[in-house]
Amino acid sequence: MIAFTLNNQTIQFDGDPKTPLLWVIRDRAGLTGTKYGCGISQCGACTVHVNGMTKRSCVTPVSTIADQRVTTIEGVDGKEANAIHTAWIETDVPQCGYCQSGQVMSAVALLKQKPNPTDEDIDGAMAGNICRCATYQRIRQAIHTAAQQMEESE
Amino acid sequence: MNSVENQSRRHFLAGSSLVIGFALAPKAMALSGKTSLAQGAKTDQKQLNAFVIVSPDNTVTVLSKHLEMGQGPYTGLTQLVAEELDADWSQMRATASPADDTIYANNVFGMQGTGGSTAIANSYEQFRRAGATAKAMLVAAAAARWQVPTNSLKVVGGIVSDPASNRQATYGELAEDAAMLTPPTDVKLKDPADFTIIGAKKTRLDTPDKTDGKALFTLDHYPDNVLVAVVARAPYFNASVKRVDDKKARKIKGVVDIKPVSQGVAVFAEDTWSALQAKATLDIEWDTSNAEQRSSDEIIADYREQMKKTGFEATKRGDVAGLAARDDLEVIEAEFIFPYLAHAPMETLDAVLQKNEDGSITCFNGAQFPGQDKQAISEITGVPAENVHMEIQLAGGSFGRRAQFGSPYMREAAEVFKASGMQRPVKHLHTREDDIQGGFYRPLFIHKIKGYLDSNGEIVGWDQVIAGQPLMKKDELDETSVEGASDLPYKIENLNVFSHNTTAKVPVLWWRSVGHTHTGFVVEAFLDELLQKAGKDPIDGRLALLPKESREAGVLKAVAKLIKDKPLAQGRQRGIAVHKSFSTYVAEVADVSVGEDGCPRVHNVYVAVDCGVAVNPDTIRAQMEGGVGFGLGAILFDEIELDEGGKVRQSNFHDYRSLRINEMPHVEVDVVMSGESPTGVGEPGVPPIGPAVANAWRRLTGKPVRRLPINRYEKA
Repeated sequence: MIAFTLNNQTIQFDGDPKTPLLWVIRDRAGLTGTKYGCGISQCGACTVHVNGMTKRSCVTPVSTIADQRVTTIEGVDGKEANAIHTAWIETDVPQCGYCQSGQVMSAVALLKQKPNPTDEDIDGAMAGNICRCATYQRIRQAIHTAAQQMEESE
Repeated sequence: MNSVENQSRRHFLAGSSLVIGFALAPKAMALSGKTSLAQGAKTDQKQLNAFVIVSPDNTVTVLSKHLEMGQGPYTGLTQLVAEELDADWSQMRATASPADDTIYANNVFGMQGTGGSTAIANSYEQFRRAGATAKAMLVAAAAARWQVPTNSLKVVGGIVSDPASNRQATYGELAEDAAMLTPPTDVKLKDPADFTIIGAKKTRLDTPDKTDGKALFTLDHYPDNVLVAVVARAPYFNASVKRVDDKKARKIKGVVDIKPVSQGVAVFAEDTWSALQAKATLDIEWDTSNAEQRSSDEIIADYREQMKKTGFEATKRGDVAGLAARDDLEVIEAEFIFPYLAHAPMETLDAVLQKNEDGSITCFNGAQFPGQDKQAISEITGVPAENVHMEIQLAGGSFGRRAQFGSPYMREAAEVFKASGMQRPVKHLHTREDDIQGGFYRPLFIHKIKGYLDSNGEIVGWDQVIAGQPLMKKDELDETSVEGASDLPYKIENLNVFSHNTTAKVPVLWWRSVGHTHTGFVVEAFLDELLQKAGKDPIDGRLALLPKESREAGVLKAVAKLIKDKPLAQGRQRGIAVHKSFSTYVAEVADVSVGEDGCPRVHNVYVAVDCGVAVNPDTIRAQMEGGVGFGLGAILFDEIELDEGGKVRQSNFHDYRSLRINEMPHVEVDVVMSGESPTGVGEPGVPPIGPAVANAWRRLTGKPVRRLPINRYEKA
């Protein structure tokens, strides 16, 4: 039995400990905001936070996150998340939208680390998240907008 | 106007014809107050015509006949309705229409379908008319209620008022009465000069749900007791299963069954991980005797042989053959090679199918041709088509992948569902490997071309031969192989464009901008090369060859203006290309340098687009930005290769690269003001980026780009 915290709720999983966290979140916990894109940690659609840090849930065996704190797009909150959500909508970032949960999770983690990221910081933090619609310009713009908004509200 | 005797009947207005029918079980409305995407629970709504539902809560839901796969039709079509309805934008919602090849036909295709950048173009009048008709009914309902003439009433922001008596009512309050009325057939549409919603920046209705994880895609449906199905497929085309050993796979906990299907071996499991593990454990020997066994190199060699013969004539003017005899002309020859390309949308192909208690089937899918899919499911399961319900979902991209005549992927899903016994719902999932190796690629194409320059540097002849697998017509000229070349806009006296239909057992499909992906590249790269040889400026040289009032000339001048005050940084070169596709005109300029790895580094891209009336200018900008990024990734990185024996080499995003954020250029877009009827923007941003980068690359390195992808074949 593996227990971990998912968006402040305790999850007990008694299946194959090698099961990737992604499928526990989707198939077992029923949270569908976290997406399958590649299964090999190349696209970032499955990005979640484990103890506040980004993690590709598609290659993370559930056994490795026992007793840790997992946050998904459904549970992410705080000033960074609010600023990112607002900026994402203002900038009208998504197109097909399928990768965007992962993009948002990576962007929120970036702002937690670096409240005022440079373009290079954004490249570094976001290059693991593929968007086939190539909404990258707006992602970059929205992160800068969110950072600015956070600074102004302080 | 009279009320209808039978209240269970509703009126539907499709196009200009009135269709009386039973209520299409209106699906799924509004998750929460804040969302503008109507998905989820039901309310007591009134459908005023095939496209407009007004609810007592005063929301107006537009039923989009077009799939929302990222290009913004939910919002654009809703703007068309809201404009003529004089609704308040905040009350507008959008959702997918039911599947119906008649009521919800694409007026270009003659069946329901999304593609060819047609969503706005074929709906412009129809959806405005739907809005105007609904407005007329709502106003008539108010007039009847208050016993006043309709022309004494005013509508502002979805509220009907009678200035004389100071009475007013919202659309929501009038919906029930209005739904009883016969829709008028003679509504007048607004003068475009009076538009306030068409042409305005409106945040996409699907954006909030796509930002917080609420947006539902096919895979997000988990009906009770659902089985997950994956199929082990051959990494060859047209191979079949010779022998399968599934003993180990069956021992994996959670595996329910393993069955052969036409495409390979289907695994059914209680959850995705069990299914994936079992699939990986299957020991399958493939029979490749009927498979495509040639490598990409062998296919290219065969195409070159075929190109020595005469192909189908696409365009012939003047006397190209006569030019060969002249000794006063400079002849420039080139061969271009374009690889097979996978679409690789973020959401792989999938479907959720379930049999209901009454024997009907419900299918959840981001279906691009839903009427065809319905038919396919019916044929395979034996359930009559009228008992197959398509619940059309948001699609996580497509780029053409989901638009398949005959619905091959839905046939596979239905076959898998049937093999399961149809007792439990089945979620059918393609892995990324299935997606990359599964064919239905942009075909491999070769172009051979000769250009003739006279002593004044004038281009006097153009002789182009194209070879590749056709998408539509096997035995005659296929327009999709030559579009963008056969209609060359440049005034060149002697012009030949010929085309060969090649054969290979690799399934092929349209890929965002179809034939223009290669024709646009060759035309714009080769023309630029000729202009440079002749010592001409790439913009002025093009303008001199274009009719003065042409829209190509218009976007060229617009992009020239955009770059005028933007000096080029040291070590960079600029490349330009202009191309019309799907009746939309796009010019792009790319600023490029040589990266440390010897590959192109694209810094800025300037875009001018003329797509007629701009319904949502910000969506147009977004599609240009996205078209540039999508096209750039493909021309720099992407190739699907068949190795010796015909096995597909690439398998996932590690070897079939996508452009990433650190490789995305800054894109600046000018949407040219136009009063022409609107045309599409989903595809036309793609074709010019390849040649624009290639033209800059040639100016930087002296090396013309002859084979894609650039980073593999054309490094500095």
